[in-house]
Amino acid sequence: MRSLLKIVLQRLGLGILTLFVVSIVIFVAVNSLPGDFAEAILGQGATPESVASIRRDLGLDQPLVVRYFDWLKGMLTLDLGTSFAQLNFANFGGAGTTTVAEQIAPRLSNTMFLATVTACIAVPLAVILGILAALYRNTAFDKAANMFTLSSISSPEFFMAYVLILFLAVLNPIFPSLSNIFEGMAFSERLEKSMLPALTLTLVVTAHMMRMTRAAIISLLASPYIEMARLKGLSPLRVIVKHALPNALAPIINVVALNLAYLITGVVVVEVVFVYPGIGQLFVDSVKIRDIPVVQACCLIFAAAYILLNLTADILSIISNPRLRHPK
Amino acid sequence: MSGLMWVAALFAVLLVGGYVFRLAGQKITSNSPKYRDMSFGVAFGYVLGAALLILAVYYYFQPVVREDGVPNASVMFFRWAVQAFIIGSIAAFLFRLLGRTIGTAGSRKLFRSMPLTAAFGILVIFIYAVFAIFAGAIAPYGQSEILGAANVVAGSDPAFGGNPEYPLGTDQIGRDILSRLVYGAQNTVGIAFITTCLAFFLGGSLGFLAATLQGWLDQLLSRSVDVLMAIPSLIFALLLMTLASFWAESLGVPLTIFMVLIIALIDSTRVFRLARAVGLNIVVMDYIEAAKLRGEGLGYLVFKEILPNAMAPLLAEFGLRFCFVFLTIAALSFLGVGIQPPLADWGTMVRDLAPFISSASIVSQDYAENLPTELLLGEVYKSLFPFFPAIAIALLTVAVNFVVDWMLHKTSGLKE
Repeated sequence: MRSLLKIVLQRLGLGILTLFVVSIVIFVAVNSLPGDFAEAILGQGATPESVASIRRDLGLDQPLVVRYFDWLKGMLTLDLGTSFAQLNFANFGGAGTTTVAEQIAPRLSNTMFLATVTACIAVPLAVILGILAALYRNTAFDKAANMFTLSSISSPEFFMAYVLILFLAVLNPIFPSLSNIFEGMAFSERLEKSMLPALTLTLVVTAHMMRMTRAAIISLLASPYIEMARLKGLSPLRVIVKHALPNALAPIINVVALNLAYLITGVVVVEVVFVYPGIGQLFVDSVKIRDIPVVQACCLIFAAAYILLNLTADILSIISNPRLRHPK
Repeated sequence: MSGLMWVAALFAVLLVGGYVFRLAGQKITSNSPKYRDMSFGVAFGYVLGAALLILAVYYYFQPVVREDGVPNASVMFFRWAVQAFIIGSIAAFLFRLLGRTIGTAGSRKLFRSMPLTAAFGILVIFIYAVFAIFAGAIAPYGQSEILGAANVVAGSDPAFGGNPEYPLGTDQIGRDILSRLVYGAQNTVGIAFITTCLAFFLGGSLGFLAATLQGWLDQLLSRSVDVLMAIPSLIFALLLMTLASFWAESLGVPLTIFMVLIIALIDSTRVFRLARAVGLNIVVMDYIEAAKLRGEGLGYLVFKEILPNAMAPLLAEFGLRFCFVFLTIAALSFLGVGIQPPLADWGTMVRDLAPFISSASIVSQDYAENLPTELLLGEVYKSLFPFFPAIAIALLTVAVNFVVDWMLHKTSGLKE
């Protein structure tokens, strides 16, 4: 048990280190802009005085290293700064600026909701279908599933999204095609409105997970203990569920976590298609209006979630497979 | 609630059907092993499959236009999908037949062992290549030429609001969709191809270099790649595109060139990983040792000794990487930060044509039966606009994946 704890702590440390380096990469990339933030905010027709004043406000006259640690401190204390759009708004006499943190928080929870709904549908579906495909491999069912999953992996997310919109929203009005979600909405209504984006993501993610589950189980079926179980006269289902599945658990958990990480990328396009008020939509909007503080913060949040999920996959597979604890 | 009841009842009927099917099989074939040893799940699967097939056939033969003159668009699209599937299969079959009879002995042998999916993939890639190379000669109009009529329906039938001059119709501001699709093959596929080549050149040479030299260079490159891969690629691409838009403005260089460089950089990290792993397996071989003892230079080692031996896995990776790059570019363009307007490209086209999709909702309104059928059909055809470029994207990636799948299957010798 001691060694397990040590390995987990080691991986955790490595994850935090990676995140730290990633934050440096993002910061350096953003600070390699021609000119600087102040000119970027004010645009071409800025007077030197106003540029200097904004530069002072944002602390741009400080050296790079000091600014990096200020920014990092802000990130850790959830003080993500003020978005350029809001700053401009304030400059023109708008009242009450909101901070980036206030902008991001509700959207992050919306995205979490969408990801949770997707995971609740996709994970059981993918694992069951994957087991069935492994059980009845090389049959018509397996071949049909293979072709279907290959097609759905290779088509872009927006294609799936529009097909679903056409059939489930436009021709047969079952679900709304726009997911206008706001605070204080009843759970059932919220679920209904986020059903189409969740289904789109499910289609994409299930295909991946199912193929990988199938591959993980099939690669085990050549092992001697499976041969033994089969020769004992056990039914194919029992061989798979009792003998193959526990050993395939580590790769399957890995697959699930990796696909949840994949969801993070997929969520951006899907949120834009359905105008779902999540963090992906905010990210794309900010990219378009070049609102750097928001882009920076969103990018770091996405990267953190991605690293965290990969880390979870790593740790869970170590826990579920004792052999990995003693590397040769 | 009654919908759920129906589903439950149907499920129960199918369960019973599975049992009866197995029992009947046992009785009729006087207990042949196939039915005797059949598990209930398999029997249920057969019955479910048969039920789905019957349902599909029944649905296929539903009338396209209902009695009250309202078109049943779902049936129409279903029919087209089935017909496209059948035509595609026949085309792939004929193409394979053609490949088996003409060409060199080697290519004929290749076509003999080829599954239909791979033949379909090669056919599609071939057609796309022809369109991409000869776009200027095939397209009837210029890619951003604004023509006389806007919102012309596809199908060139004036009764539905079409125009024979524009076979696939025109968009909101009157650009010919067929021409834009053809030029899109050149722009989107061409740019994706160049980007993939760049990523392979960068990632491949660095990966082989790291594998050959090892030591601190290998450590440095591998660790930097680890960090870059810790950021999800689409997110990183969006971040870098934001920054590139400032650079493009101050340097006066088109944003598209930055996009090519950025995506090539991000994807080269994945290529680096593979090239290094493959390279490490090769550098321990005796022939590399012999070449080193002969006093061959680094360039000779990498390009004459390692590269030819790493060709097979790299080629399969090239196909997959091309798909990723192509989909990333399409996604970026769809989000509005990829290939920029004067160039026609499929991602941007999907986004521009997306509003048309809701025009088909007219058939599900109550007042639809009071409107003429031609008008309703025209609206339904119009809603297909965003699917032309979207299908163009999906078809190519599916085709490449089919071919890569077959290649991997062949080289790995997997039978199961």
